[in-house]
Amino acid sequence: MKNAVGREIPQEILKKTGKEVFRGTHYYDGKPVQKVGPKTNVVINNNGSKLVDTIHDVLVKCKIKNGMTLSFHHHFRNGDKVLNMVMAEVHKMGIKNLTICASSLGAQNDPIIPMIEDGTITNIESSGVRGGIGQAISEGKLKGLAIMRSHGGRVRAIETGESHVDIAFIGAPTADEYGNLNANGGKADCGVLSYSAVDAMYADKVVAITDTLVPFPNLPAQITQTYVDYVVVVDEIGDPAKIATGAAKPTTDQRKLLMAKYCTDFVINTPYFKDGFSYQTGVGGASIASTIYLAEIMRERNIHMGFGVGGIAKPMCDLLDEGLCRVLVDTQDFDQPSIENIRTNPNHYYITAGEYANPFNKGAYVNKLDFVILASLEVDVNFNCNVVVGSDGVITGAQGGHPDTAAGAKCTIVITPIMQGRIPSICTEVTTVTTPGEDVDVVVTDYGIAINPKRKDLMEAVKGKGLPIKTIEELRDIAYAITGEPEKVQFGRRVVGVIEARDGSIIDVVREIKPFEFKAEKKPAKRTAKKK
Amino acid sequence: MINEQKKKRLRRSMMFLNGQKPSLIKDPYIYKADSLMFDLEDAVAATAKDTARFSLYHALTTIDYRGSEKVCRINGLDTDLWKEDIRCVVAADIEVIRIPKCENAEMVRQVEAEVLKAEKEFGKEEGQTLLMAALESAKGVLNAYEVCTASPRMIGIALSGGDYTKDLQTTITGTGVELMGARQHMIIAARAAGVQCFDTIWSNLDDMEGFRKDVETIKKMGFDGKSCINPRQIDIVHDIYTPTQKDIIFAEKVIKEIDDKKAKGIGVFTVDGKMIDIAFYDGAKRTIMLAKASGVYKGDL
Repeated sequence: MKNAVGREIPQEILKKTGKEVFRGTHYYDGKPVQKVGPKTNVVINNNGSKLVDTIHDVLVKCKIKNGMTLSFHHHFRNGDKVLNMVMAEVHKMGIKNLTICASSLGAQNDPIIPMIEDGTITNIESSGVRGGIGQAISEGKLKGLAIMRSHGGRVRAIETGESHVDIAFIGAPTADEYGNLNANGGKADCGVLSYSAVDAMYADKVVAITDTLVPFPNLPAQITQTYVDYVVVVDEIGDPAKIATGAAKPTTDQRKLLMAKYCTDFVINTPYFKDGFSYQTGVGGASIASTIYLAEIMRERNIHMGFGVGGIAKPMCDLLDEGLCRVLVDTQDFDQPSIENIRTNPNHYYITAGEYANPFNKGAYVNKLDFVILASLEVDVNFNCNVVVGSDGVITGAQGGHPDTAAGAKCTIVITPIMQGRIPSICTEVTTVTTPGEDVDVVVTDYGIAINPKRKDLMEAVKGKGLPIKTIEELRDIAYAITGEPEKVQFGRRVVGVIEARDGSIIDVVREIKPFEFKAEKKPAKRTAKKK
Repeated sequence: MINEQKKKRLRRSMMFLNGQKPSLIKDPYIYKADSLMFDLEDAVAATAKDTARFSLYHALTTIDYRGSEKVCRINGLDTDLWKEDIRCVVAADIEVIRIPKCENAEMVRQVEAEVLKAEKEFGKEEGQTLLMAALESAKGVLNAYEVCTASPRMIGIALSGGDYTKDLQTTITGTGVELMGARQHMIIAARAAGVQCFDTIWSNLDDMEGFRKDVETIKKMGFDGKSCINPRQIDIVHDIYTPTQKDIIFAEKVIKEIDDKKAKGIGVFTVDGKMIDIAFYDGAKRTIMLAKASGVYKGDL
């Protein structure tokens, strides 16, 4: 069955998952949705401690068994040790058919690949997968399905019971013996525990894993004792050097700076750029550079940001410290300075992933965004974006907050060069749709800026401002003139992954990769670039 | 035929690109320099001269440089490389050849002869390849006028500050004092010969403020443009060479008034209290041209 972005979703997958096809970003707006009530093992006794000696013991106490769903967060990013540590123990116990429900997975989790191969893990739910796990899924090694959800979509899935977590493991930089958890301080400081909030509230069993036990009560607590069943103390939950890098040096890559300049020039010419505007951006070189450019204009015109959302990195904290931004709301910290900043600047607030982006609550922060600046592996002429599947067909990225913020923001800007290496990133049809084109307003490239034709207001706003405005087709044609039109990736038949829209419907599927077969009769792509 | 219009085109910024690096020569036009100078000389390792020629030839014949002028710096006349360099880039329709370490008119004529030969060999229009010379020694600077007038293909001369200051037995100081004489002499020679004059590079990329001051100085001196080694320098050059709205409005009035008064047989008159005659015409035209190139001119001239 074809969905709203023109993708054919196989009937067997709709049947197997019980999901519907994507009908548009606002299909559920205003409709009532039933949430599930979480199960709680009540604690009435006054025995005091929830400490358990080892991960093995806690798995036994949680009565782990085949077929359960275990959840994890990715706040420790490349430095995460919790997921691997828990899974190694689970593997030793011989448990099978598990579903991993993680807020994201990356190369740091590659040690679990053999567990995918031997059937310990048969299903994966994540916002996407980088590293070897993505490769393994694309090669068809996972027996079940990989479900890729946005950060907001994950909260929705857990709250509605679509995804039921049996045991949540929450790596906590600091914890007390009764389960008050915080992310500020400890050896593996990560700033916030936003992605874990929903796990804590909805999982049947909640296990905190910490390497820094502090005296009770550990306040302020981002996750409180009323949600936590057990606390395990281990040597190390993360590698601080890999959790957050130092502040990224502003890029000197001229192409990125050029795109950043185009982006800022666009932003300041829209009606949304006025005192009190709101803004979110990523940590790519161009994103950071555009924040720095924008700050110059804000100073010049005495315009202040009402609030910034993120995914926070140093440039946003600098705006906050300087008083150019009133408030930051934070779901993830990308570098050491932002972890430091949330501890020291009282206007830098922790919010949960649900508050940030869940489409099925009474209004998330993303809905209040004026601008979001995003990146994308591919953008097609319908403005659909692909941030999960590489142009080689392998799962290699994550939706993260991309679909959430794109849907929420009044002006969604995607920055990408028209080519990445030899591969055109502006194309006729993305390999996989992960964010629908209806939510993408502007694409900024090194060759010019394309505005979504449905945004006549934005076209009007920037008219005559000297910006290099082009149509998205023109940008694609420039890219194709240089690279030639690429042949489509050839997939196998089997569906290995499902790309969920924010609301849980299916926006696309990912199939198993197969070796490329050259068609003998077809000549190689001809170079069409012409000299004037 | 030599295209006089082309000879006089706008050349505020000339960006140097290592001809050995495909990543640099594939699409430098996105930074919108007026001219792009592909280097086959010093930037290219001695062992990579052939490959650089090969990839430059294919780049020039395949890529649309979207209005940026294509210039190539060939190897010096004291090498056995320069003649093949000329064949390579003439065959690829290069617009301008830059002669390095030029010291006299004879060197220009030597290059001109090879260029003509190559134009004939590859069936190109005779005269389509223009020339410019880099003056890199005291002797070259002293002979600026004879170099400028050595060939009708000459579009201008450029100062190469690094080699020149070595020859003077000093160094680049950042103050410009060591370049003062050469700059003044060259701009006078170029103007006397009716060609353009380009200033040397600024190599300290961390000192953008110094770069800005340097460009302001050479603009005031009369230079047509600046050599750039990094795209981030281009916008600054263009910014400084962009006429102010006040300049534009005045130039517009001057042109319109001169056209109008000429028809009425009046030679001298005043605009905004300033005495104006035909001598102001070309300057005003240049201001409008600069304004158009910078995208700030909205008028109808």
